Amino acid sequence: MAARGSSGSGMVEGALWRKWVYFYVPMTLFVIGTLFPFYWMLVTAFRPDGELYRPWRASNNTPFWTLHPTLEHVQNLFGQTMFATWLWNTMFIALVSTVIALFCGLLAGYALARLKFPLAGGLGTSIFVTYLVPPTLLFIPLADIIRNFKLGDTPWSLILTYPTFLIPFCTWLLMGYFKTIPRELEECARIDGATRIRAMVQVIFPIATPGILSAGIFAFTLSWNEFLYALVFLSSPQQKTVPVGVVSELIRGDVFYWGPLMAGALLGSVPVALMYSFFVEHYVAGLTGSVKG
Amino acid sequence: MKPIRGGAGEAGQVAARLATAPRAVSRGSLVHRLLEDERVLGVLLLVPTIVLLTLFIAYPFAKGIWISLTSASVGQAGEFVYLKNFVKVWNDSIFQRAAYNTFVYTAIATVAKLALGMWLAILLNRHFRGKRLVRAAMLLPFIVPTVLSTFAWKWMFDPTFSVLNWSLYQLGLIQTRIGWLTDPTLALGSVIAVNVWRGMPFYAISLLAGLQTVSPELQEAAAIDGASAWQRFWRITWPLLLPVTMVVTLFSVIQTFADFQLVYVLTGGGPANSTHLFATYAYQIGIITGLLGEGAAASLAMFPLLFVIVVIQLWYIRRVEGR
Repeated sequence: MAARGSSGSGMVEGALWRKWVYFYVPMTLFVIGTLFPFYWMLVTAFRPDGELYRPWRASNNTPFWTLHPTLEHVQNLFGQTMFATWLWNTMFIALVSTVIALFCGLLAGYALARLKFPLAGGLGTSIFVTYLVPPTLLFIPLADIIRNFKLGDTPWSLILTYPTFLIPFCTWLLMGYFKTIPRELEECARIDGATRIRAMVQVIFPIATPGILSAGIFAFTLSWNEFLYALVFLSSPQQKTVPVGVVSELIRGDVFYWGPLMAGALLGSVPVALMYSFFVEHYVAGLTGSVKG
Repeated sequence: MKPIRGGAGEAGQVAARLATAPRAVSRGSLVHRLLEDERVLGVLLLVPTIVLLTLFIAYPFAKGIWISLTSASVGQAGEFVYLKNFVKVWNDSIFQRAAYNTFVYTAIATVAKLALGMWLAILLNRHFRGKRLVRAAMLLPFIVPTVLSTFAWKWMFDPTFSVLNWSLYQLGLIQTRIGWLTDPTLALGSVIAVNVWRGMPFYAISLLAGLQTVSPELQEAAAIDGASAWQRFWRITWPLLLPVTMVVTLFSVIQTFADFQLVYVLTGGGPANSTHLFATYAYQIGIITGLLGEGAAASLAMFPLLFVIVVIQLWYIRRVEGR
């Protein structure tokens, strides 16, 4: 393998065995440890029930692979539950709340990065603070408010609440992005007669496209993955999102339907994983950007 | 005024086209003049954000405090009971256990995530074949819906069909099965392990981004001067990474401290209420039992520590930016 230990930040140099001890072995363990649960999901999703429920010490147990892959669990998932509806709900809610968050975040980020107005500092700090407020602190009163607003058990209960944790993140990310764009560009446009809004929308926003993409992808995965609000606000099966649907419809009392459960976990993860794989660099930029604040 | 179409990233072209646009004549209307005023426009642009955040963060927060001071339950407004809910929750042995659990959970998981994340970041910062693929794959636990991946863990921890037990048995390490989630002393440890699995990539990738800004020449110079790898880490890498580390850690402490999903899926707070965290116990009281007042009080118990961390976070960011 062509690993070069001398490459600057490498902590290991010298003999080959040291490379193995300090690099290949730990790296391999990290990879296995990180990915094994996903592999386990995959195997379980396609393993027939007869093999799935073999006692752990049974001699004919081959947990790591199956010779009789089956689509039974996937068929169950789509035939016996409303999994397709949950997928659609999740997609719809994630998309709309991402668009709302991007809209608010773009305007707010621009205002905080570029315009001087009273209270700008205070408002910026407040938005940052809301970014740090965890949903678990608010879900009980929010459930009450959602009920009072007659939004309970509708997608709008989530579409309107998800932006609360997406907007602060989008605002901060885009604010950082706007600050890197030279002021001269919009000043130029304004001298030539463009209004402030026009300069913002037609000069600055297009340049910020990579930042918008990062924020959007990050926001989409966050809302796709949200669980607590969806669990508390939604009750009827046809309104549920994937995580909540899987939890509430594939477990009956103490009985876990592991095959369909893992098939659901797998299929519920694929859309975000795919999206992530196409935009890894943007996602990472969003992640690290959000940390820098 | 000529219409201006801005293509993505074509700033130069846009600017060029704008330059040829005729100079605007004075706009008479009041609206236009107001929109040109930074003070008006600034506030206006923030209106959508402020409305949403007020309605669904500030208002619920205030309402939560109010509810926690009443005997409200589902469908009943209840009456004002002063601090009775807080006193009751405070003396509740399950709540005390939940408080203890939350602190242990946060402390151990955070240290483990930081240490492993740092190690992984340093490994990923080297050049090797397939680096991009490995780096992308390592972030998967953080991307995939937590509840769904946690189910994979629950299935791995299954008392009867656990693949972990099977492997340990085949390796000759155990003779009787281990109740990863059914043994009260072990259950919290298992939950912490899953939290570390899920959160560690976030540390690794953020720290890796920080590491990439550290100049390799520093490391090389120190190596030439005879500093060991360990010394180079503590004398060069760690101090330079400290700002990123601080922000990542404080952010992650908040998330871990307020965690809900892992415990909800893995143990539901059991066995015998031994693994509840603040959030899951608040859910248990407030939503399942329907005692909104007590539930709100239990969840507000998180507030003091969250407040302290947010203040530290703000102070630290100011200090770093001020330099």
